[in-house]
Amino acid sequence: MPLPKDYDDLPGTVVFDADQAREGYHLNMFCMSLMKPENRASFKTNERAYLDKWPMTEEQKQAVLKRDWNGMLQLGGNIYFTSKIAATDGLSFQQIAAMMSGSTQEQYAQMMIKGGRSPDGNRSKSEWKNRG
Amino acid sequence: MARIIAGVATSHIPAVGAAWDNGKTGEPYWRPVFAGYERSKEWIAKLKPDVVILVYNDHMSAFSLEIVPTFAVGCAATFPIADEGWGPRPVPPIKGHPELASHIVQSTVLDEFDMTIVNKMEVDHGLTVPMSLMFGQPKDEWPCPVVPLCVNVVVYPVPTGHRCYMLGKAIRKAVESFDKDLRVVIFGTGGMSHQLQGPRAGLINREFDTRFLDNLTQDPAALVRIPHLEYLREAGSEGIELVMWLIMRGALDDEVKEVYRFYHVPASNTALGHIILENQRQ
Repeated sequence: MPLPKDYDDLPGTVVFDADQAREGYHLNMFCMSLMKPENRASFKTNERAYLDKWPMTEEQKQAVLKRDWNGMLQLGGNIYFTSKIAATDGLSFQQIAAMMSGSTQEQYAQMMIKGGRSPDGNRSKSEWKNRG
Repeated sequence: MARIIAGVATSHIPAVGAAWDNGKTGEPYWRPVFAGYERSKEWIAKLKPDVVILVYNDHMSAFSLEIVPTFAVGCAATFPIADEGWGPRPVPPIKGHPELASHIVQSTVLDEFDMTIVNKMEVDHGLTVPMSLMFGQPKDEWPCPVVPLCVNVVVYPVPTGHRCYMLGKAIRKAVESFDKDLRVVIFGTGGMSHQLQGPRAGLINREFDTRFLDNLTQDPAALVRIPHLEYLREAGSEGIELVMWLIMRGALDDEVKEVYRFYHVPASNTALGHIILENQRQ
């Protein structure tokens, strides 16, 4: 029997568990390769060709090409790794945090300065039902 | 006999290290953060520990996903500074304490904690940011050697709070059976509430953090019982790093003196928390 995943009820959150880590292994290892400047250059020159060197699924490759930051997390990506793509694009952590949470960088920065996102209303998927 | 005289907990936010390295400590956004550690730097300069045991998590600098040890002890004589994509932080390499480190491994393994021995390891912001916050920016070398203790808090499930707390107790026992007179300070790092990923990114929970800080001093048994789901839900997906603070707490006396505390929101995407606890017997 699989282990229960009580955390599946958390809204807007992908818990990087052992299953996600297995599915995302090559996606994350690709991201990690971008720590090296020569790999960043090679990726930038031809993203598709660089991605094809990694045994990732087509869906994962498309998510990378589209910079679908939330999609990458769903497909096994981990934020510590996917943020290396952001760094390659010259984006700050806060910029992708804003994108992932559907706000502008300015809105996100203001929210943080005002004390961050409250846990109230953000504890369970049932509280997010009416979100557009 | 060696003994643990005090514990320090602090966030290890990478942007804090970057602000330091890029000379931004005086900027309005960062000034309160660095001001919050002035007293801590004075405290530790006066205390002059012989060794620091530093509990932190590697951010895919030493281990990647190829090997993910739950608990790993750095037993090397030196630990170079990792390049996390922007070049290594301009700080001195970390000197280890191989004798104490391997003694801790032996003692804790016999106490049924299956520690991984690491003889070659680069250390990242998880370790160097707490060092900078507590010791400032030394030119050539840090004031004391460090035993790095890495905890997996990236691939879920991370070790439970209870397991971490018990490991702290085993570390204390190990230190006390080391036959040199060393005064040891243990750091627990990471946290406090923060979520870096997904549509819920930016979550901060001041109430949870305040209660955590209060109980860290007064009622650690209450913290030990916090289940993973509660960390994830209340403190954010990355807030679960707080289990590392419980290793530090487990290594101290049941009754401790709270010397100092600092809490500040925001530092980048994170609630920055910091506390200093002393054992009664110095």
